[in-house]
Amino acid sequence: MIALAADPLDPGAALSRLAESCPGAGAIVSFVGLVRGEAGAVTGLELDHHPRITLKAIEAIAAEARARFDLIDLAIVHRHGRLKPGEPIVFVAAAAAHRRIAFQAADYLMDRLKTEAPFWKREHGPAGARWIEPRLSDHDDRARWDAKEDENARH
Amino acid sequence: VNILYFGRLADAAATSAEEVTPPEGIRSLNALRAWLGRDRPALAAALADGNVRAAVNDEIAPGDRPLASGDEIAFLPPASGG
Repeated sequence: MIALAADPLDPGAALSRLAESCPGAGAIVSFVGLVRGEAGAVTGLELDHHPRITLKAIEAIAAEARARFDLIDLAIVHRHGRLKPGEPIVFVAAAAAHRRIAFQAADYLMDRLKTEAPFWKREHGPAGARWIEPRLSDHDDRARWDAKEDENARH
Repeated sequence: VNILYFGRLADAAATSAEEVTPPEGIRSLNALRAWLGRDRPALAAALADGNVRAAVNDEIAPGDRPLASGDEIAFLPPASGG
């Protein structure tokens, strides 16, 4: 399931749904990203998105993960709108026959989402609000997978 | 045409969406970009940034893309990621 959610995200429910939809899986790895409060410097995070362009981009990332890893199924739920520190912002899960592939796929999905999912984020805090620019460290994480192409092909 | 502004562009335009009727001579995406900023300096500066991409009816389009009545144009600054 790939979804954009305006309402609070329930990672437990999303994980249960995926587990029910793939009874043959031997492993499911899930990841929950939370809004960081940065020790009080951030009181809220706002995510702007395009309902169709953003969804299509996430679906394309999911399709590439399916092509790259031998997955039984995967799930991505991404929040948009206004969030508070500590709230889940993204849920990713990968189901496979064995754990290694599931771990790798979840890691891959997050690195792709962090760099390529078209969201525009604005941090709110005591000092006011500011739009967030793309992070270079996220792009370094993303680039790891380009070098891994051959390695993964062998698994 | 219907215009959508995302991220910091919505601040520059002071709206996230607007319906506009460009004059006869405005036929391409580039011409529309220039025209939209004509009396909004903050928006003009934001739209002049080459990193701001435009999508016509949900597809990223080049500046010479001709426009038709009823098109939806989205202006997209560099995204912050997920």
